[in-house]
Amino acid sequence: MSLLEIKNLTVSFDTAAGPFMAVQGIDLSIEPREVLAIVGESGSGKSVAMLAVMGLLPNTATVKADRMAFDGVDLLKLSPSERRKIVGKDISMIFQEPIASLNPCFTVGFQIEEVLRFHMGMDRAQRRARAIELMKLVGIADPEERLSSFPHQMSGGQCQRVMIAIAIACNPKLLIADEPTTALDVTIQKQILDLLVSLQAKYGMGLIMITHNMGVVAETADRVIVQYKGRKMEEADVLSLFESPKSNYTRALLSALPENAVGDRLPTVSDMLFEPAPSAAGASA
Amino acid sequence: MSTTVLEGKNIVRDYHIGGGLFTGPRTVHAVKGVSFTVDKGKTLAIVGESGCGKSTLARIITLIDPATSGELFIDGNKVDIARGGLTKEMRRKVQIVFQNPYGSLNPRQKIGDVLGEPLLINTDKPAAERRDLAMKMLKKVGLGHEHYNRYPHMFSGGQRQRIAIARALMLNPSLLVLDEPVSALDLSVQAQVLNLLADLQDEFQLTYVFISHDLSVVRYIADDVMVMYFGEAVEYGSRDEVFSDPKHSYTRTLFAATPRADVASIKARLAKKAA
Repeated sequence: MSLLEIKNLTVSFDTAAGPFMAVQGIDLSIEPREVLAIVGESGSGKSVAMLAVMGLLPNTATVKADRMAFDGVDLLKLSPSERRKIVGKDISMIFQEPIASLNPCFTVGFQIEEVLRFHMGMDRAQRRARAIELMKLVGIADPEERLSSFPHQMSGGQCQRVMIAIAIACNPKLLIADEPTTALDVTIQKQILDLLVSLQAKYGMGLIMITHNMGVVAETADRVIVQYKGRKMEEADVLSLFESPKSNYTRALLSALPENAVGDRLPTVSDMLFEPAPSAAGASA
Repeated sequence: MSTTVLEGKNIVRDYHIGGGLFTGPRTVHAVKGVSFTVDKGKTLAIVGESGCGKSTLARIITLIDPATSGELFIDGNKVDIARGGLTKEMRRKVQIVFQNPYGSLNPRQKIGDVLGEPLLINTDKPAAERRDLAMKMLKKVGLGHEHYNRYPHMFSGGQRQRIAIARALMLNPSLLVLDEPVSALDLSVQAQVLNLLADLQDEFQLTYVFISHDLSVVRYIADDVMVMYFGEAVEYGSRDEVFSDPKHSYTRTLFAATPRADVASIKARLAKKAA
């Protein structure tokens, strides 16, 4: 059974100019212990699709799907309070801006323990012990001391480690990482990616990596979904995606990588896509 | 024969942080003696992680901040803005494009005014001529006349970066400092902006100082590469030298940390995972 199964997901936002379709009929599934990467440029609806799974979209958004099931439970039928018991515990998410996604008014220890209190009902001593264990797990030195640090006293990389600690605090079955390394330096990015992949393997989580960086995809994913303007362009395992991309859009993206440059100008995506709104016709499902 | 447009000799920049009630004053050595030369029409890339002093160096080259010590030559003339101040002529020669195109344009200023302002301040050209030049520049960077009267919020990130580049070029500079110009942009837009920069370099014989942390972009655009680490230039040489035979351990760390998107390294990773 798939860990997460989504069929024909559409998300539209009400705007002054009428509904805006951010996600248009995406199918997606992820197996336990799998790393799935969702790649696309800004506006491709990659984050919105995952926020819909988490139930974190504002109420101007309309989410429709034929099926949206997590671990056999139909998410669409759950009441908000039932859903909150799953979100943050069995499905958790890491965001792009580590410093902005932590609350500046509370210590990182408090923020890690908050999840444990809400979802696991641990008492004070258990929570503290678990928080120290988690800090060690994500590679923060002096965890006992650091628990009483505020987010502004830590670097971006350390804040992202704290975010990961919060996300894995309740041993989730599925971890969604939304551009986890975009705001970080290359050397720190490498450390965070290694950490995510090692935690994924150690605890057998499903991991969804949302990214626009083809390098990150190549370094982490088992399977890849390429999205463009709310539609799925291609789905393939990582090797065949890079070796023999099927859709025109994927080919265009790969050839726009500076390291693949031939000659002294880069091919751009618009050179390759003649139609303004490409359909998924070039991609075989 | 190539002429040297930019030369820095042993540039140092210290920041003095005044002490508070309980702490004494400190000195931060942001740039610790960096030397470089860039020839006309060439690109020097400065690579390093946040806090390594690359943006401080950019500010010194752009004549925004004076260096604490060391000598800076632009077009062969020694420039020291701490003494002697800055003439309009010098200001014209060096221009900068910043990282974030959302933050570097005034949201209340129309694009035409954004482009006309450098001329208004630094030259005494009449309004009609300023308008003409701005229109021409819009064309050059791949925008149209219809964009003249629009505001920055009406443009996408890539278009805004084109506007920032256009503004920098209004005064016909000989040296353009690009501080992470494509790191806020999507992959396909990044390719367009890099192409635009290459086109403009060919057309105007521009000299670029290109600051970046993305090694794949640097490898594509640079002629020479300088790697900075804690304020020092740990590696400096031609692109091929630096990429084929990195000397310093930090450069090697940097290369090892850069994600690789080629089929061979994916195969290697999958094989390692299966084992």
